Amino acid sequence: MAMTIHVDIASAEEEIHSGPATVVYAPAEMGEIGIYPRHAPLLSRLKPGEVRVQTQSGEELFFFVSGGLLEVQPHVVTVLADTAIRAADLDEAAAQEAQKQAEQQMRDRKSDIDYAKAKAEMVQAAAQLRAIQKLRKRGRG
Amino acid sequence: MAGAKEIRTKIKSIQNTQKITKAMEMVAASKMRRAQERMQAARPYAQKMRNVVAHLARAHPEYRHPFVVERGAKRVGLVIVSTDRGLCGGLNVNLFRAVLSTMEEWHDKGAEIALATIGSKALGFFKRLGGNIISEASQLGDAPAVTDLIGAIKVMLGAYEQGKLDRLFLIHNDFVNTMVQRPEILQLLPVPPSEEQELRHHWDYLYEPDAKDVLDVLFTRYIESLVYQGVVENLACEQAARMVAMKAASDNAGNLIDELQLAYNKARQAAITQEISEIVGGAAAV
Repeated sequence: MAMTIHVDIASAEEEIHSGPATVVYAPAEMGEIGIYPRHAPLLSRLKPGEVRVQTQSGEELFFFVSGGLLEVQPHVVTVLADTAIRAADLDEAAAQEAQKQAEQQMRDRKSDIDYAKAKAEMVQAAAQLRAIQKLRKRGRG
Repeated sequence: MAGAKEIRTKIKSIQNTQKITKAMEMVAASKMRRAQERMQAARPYAQKMRNVVAHLARAHPEYRHPFVVERGAKRVGLVIVSTDRGLCGGLNVNLFRAVLSTMEEWHDKGAEIALATIGSKALGFFKRLGGNIISEASQLGDAPAVTDLIGAIKVMLGAYEQGKLDRLFLIHNDFVNTMVQRPEILQLLPVPPSEEQELRHHWDYLYEPDAKDVLDVLFTRYIESLVYQGVVENLACEQAARMVAMKAASDNAGNLIDELQLAYNKARQAAITQEISEIVGGAAAV
C-alpha cells in the first residue's frame, strides 16, 4: 500500500476538493513541483495552472487554479486557490477604482460642514495615488 | 354609511401592503438559506488560512512581516460592512451604533480615523456624518465575489503599508441565529497573535520564491478572506433580519385588518339599524 498525503483544495468562496492522494503536482512560482508524502514544510505562491492529484486508485484529478498559495506539511497539502487571476497591476487598478468611487461620493455631498473635509479627503487620495505610482516605479526599476 | 366605506378602502390598502411584506418575507427566507450555505462554503478556506497563519506566527522568527508588527495607534482604519438595501429592521442601525462608539473611543485617544465602507447603507450614513471615507465597495448583490472587495481592501492595506494607518478593524454583523445578529469588531491588522494552543511542531517553512513575497500574498489573502467572510455573514444577517422584520410587519398588518374589520362590521350594523328604524318610523307616520 502506497503512502498517501491529504490534499485540501479550497478557494475563498468554496471548498473544491478534499481527500487522500499519492502524489500532488502543483504549478509553483518557480516551476511545477511534485509533492510526495513526507515532503518538507513548504510555503509557495502558485501560478495560474493545473493542480494534478493522483489518487490511490491511480486516477488523476485535474483542478485549474488561477494562482494562490500552496502550503505543504509532511502529511497535508493545502492549496489556497484564488478565485480570479490576480496581478499587482490588476489589484492596483481595483484599488484606484474603489478610491475613485469614494472620492466621487465625497464630491457629491451637499452639506457645507463636510465640504472642507471632502477637499482634504481628495488631496489625501491624490497623494495616496501618487505614492502608489511611485512605489510601482521603484518596484520596476 | 360614509364611515363604513372609508374603512373598507383602508382595509384594502392594508391588505395590499400585507401581500407585499409577506412576499418579501418569503423571498428573504429563501435567500437567507442560500446566504447561509455561502457562509458555510467560505469556512474551509478561512479555517485553513487561519491554520497557516497560526503556524507562521510561531514558525518564523527571522523575518517579521509589517502586518504582524505592533506599532502605536495614532491612525485607525475601520472596514464597515453594511447592507445595500434597507427594510431589514435595526440591523444597520445597531451596527452603526457600535461603529460610532468605537470611533468615539479612538477619537478620545487622539487617533485619526479612516473608513472603508462596504454596502451603500454605510456609505450613505458616514457620508452624511462627515466621516473620512477612503474607499468603498457597494452594490455587491446576493452573491458577492472576493473580486468585488479586492479594491476596497487594497486601499486600506496600502495605507497601512505606507504608515497612514496603524491599525485596521473589521466591523460586521455576526450571524448568531435567525433571530439574533450581533455587531462584531475584529482586528485585522496588525494580525493578532492566535490563541490556539496547538504547539506540536517547531519548524520553519521553505519559502518559494522568498519569505517576503510569499508572506505578502499570504497576509493579503488572509485579510481578504476575513473581510469576505464578514461580508457573506453580514448578508445572511441581512436576509434573516429582513425576514423577521417582514414577518412582524405582516403580523401587524393582520392585527390592523382584524381591528378595522370589527369597526367596519359595527359601522355597517349601525347603518342597517338606522335604516330600519327610519323605515319603521316612516311607515308609522304614514
